[in-house]
Amino acid sequence: MIKSKSAKFGDWIFVVICVIVGLICVLPMINLLARSMSSTDALVRREVYLWPKGINFDAYAMVLGDVKYIKAFFWTVFLTVVCTLVSLTMTTLCAYPLIFQDLKGRTTFNIIITITMFFNAGTIPNYLLMKSLNLLNNPLVLIIPASLSVYNMIIMRSFFYGIPDSLRESAEIDGASYFRILWSIYVPLSKPVFATLALFYAVGRWNGYSDALMYMNNKDYYPLQLLLYNILNNINSIEVATQEGFSAPGLSESLKAAIVMFSTVPILCVYPWLQKYFIHGVTMGAVKE
Amino acid sequence: MKASTKKPSAVQKKQNFGVYMKRYWQLYVLLFLPMLYLLIFKYVPMIYIQIAFKKYSIVESVWNMPWAGNNGFEYFIKAFNNKDFINALRNTLMLNLLDLVIGFPAPIIFALILNELVFKKFKRVIQTVAYMPHFLSWVIIYGLALQIFAPSSGLVNMVLNNFGIEAIPFLNDSKHWVATYIFLGVWQNFGWGSIVYLAAIAGINSELYEAASVDGCGRFKKMWHITLPGIKPTIVVLLVMNLGNILGSGFDRPFAMQNNLVMDVAEVISTFVYKNGIQGLQFSLTTAVGFFQSVICVIFLLLANWISRRLGERGIW
Repeated sequence: MIKSKSAKFGDWIFVVICVIVGLICVLPMINLLARSMSSTDALVRREVYLWPKGINFDAYAMVLGDVKYIKAFFWTVFLTVVCTLVSLTMTTLCAYPLIFQDLKGRTTFNIIITITMFFNAGTIPNYLLMKSLNLLNNPLVLIIPASLSVYNMIIMRSFFYGIPDSLRESAEIDGASYFRILWSIYVPLSKPVFATLALFYAVGRWNGYSDALMYMNNKDYYPLQLLLYNILNNINSIEVATQEGFSAPGLSESLKAAIVMFSTVPILCVYPWLQKYFIHGVTMGAVKE
Repeated sequence: MKASTKKPSAVQKKQNFGVYMKRYWQLYVLLFLPMLYLLIFKYVPMIYIQIAFKKYSIVESVWNMPWAGNNGFEYFIKAFNNKDFINALRNTLMLNLLDLVIGFPAPIIFALILNELVFKKFKRVIQTVAYMPHFLSWVIIYGLALQIFAPSSGLVNMVLNNFGIEAIPFLNDSKHWVATYIFLGVWQNFGWGSIVYLAAIAGINSELYEAASVDGCGRFKKMWHITLPGIKPTIVVLLVMNLGNILGSGFDRPFAMQNNLVMDVAEVISTFVYKNGIQGLQFSLTTAVGFFQSVICVIFLLLANWISRRLGERGIW
């Protein structure tokens, strides 16, 4: 009896630890939300903890009223959708043929793919390549260079391996072409892995800013994250101040909080629904190669 | 499509190339784009590596640029005489080692804790919450850090002040910046990293636990003697990958978190290359630095893999 009682007590200790860990994850977001809805006065008077003081939505009104943010937001949404579709297509095109054991040159293809995982030419060679391909300052540079991730391809390939060969073979006997087998058997059966990889690619594009930083000088094509980076670091603050009539250089703290919130929310709304898929995807990528 | 009606067999392999292609051409058509992509975006850049051994010139093609001095190693020597590069090299090593020592065990410990939870619904909620930071970009995480660690009005310093502790300059002082950098790395990755370990734990034979209970093993004994040995192969694989990347450096995280006050500890190789190469146009020097980094990464990976196989583990291949 005593033994089972002490076990119960132990269970509660782990619950408490997990609650603390969970709070450490969530509290910064709650604090941010509170700050974004507080008045500048309350922030300066140091009154804002987890609940907004002097509730107002001025910061959000300013963000939503500014063409610059709205444009960057929709451009990034568009970019994310296009990138995800292109990348999923490329990944499928690469993964599907490689599951055929008797495909000639399969080993060569696999070696070509594996080498890229371990050796990278480096930042400057990549930059010079973009330059010679005339991709610098071209919106395509935000789509094409990242359109295939070998890691994601491996995840998809191991999912394809899990689909029974007998399905494929019976389709072959019925006279289906390989295009058709891909489209009518593999694609419909692979919804979980498509969901997972769509999430990975979409998050990668939504969160990425280094490619735009290096290859894109045209501000019209800045993704949201790069715009956010410039705002947080007060880059061009003088320009902003003169253009928009701010007295002080830089933006108010609540406005910064609102902008961070604004660029985070879309992903936070999506990922919990895909949890059971991505857990499976991560596990497959790591366990079997 | 007539040919594809036949079933693949050993006999078919011996048939001539024409028949083979008639059957399989579609697969090569499908592979064409991905292979073209890899060739152009992963292999063509390797041609530009020779710039590391040559004097860069904007008018000439890569092949015609004149060789650099000292048998072509001029820029490597220059790099190692460059104080900023040595500083970046040291910082890269230091931050990666700290990440390894503190950041690597965190997901393992978290997975062990999650595994002890008896309330399944609660476990799911905690998991969802712990995965959240992984989905935030480093710019956003830095934005969050600026807000909660702000010296006067930030949440953390306000709470510290209430306890009579002076405000800590989390992001504006070198020592504290390193701690914040490492902490945010752990914060972002501990939940996501635990997924793999949880899967490994789920694969452990449950009879082992029952047998241990019969023998009177407590919670921690089971953790130590069953769970940890059970996930050891996973730990080793990930450790090898991490060791291989000890001189690698991502760009997004250090670049997003840098500010002028902490540059002595915050400049790493990737940001050094960006600033001196793409912004500073010293292409030969920075290509040399990048090439050095890539080669060291490959060597470390092979070495770590070799050691783990020597110790009787699986390794990564």
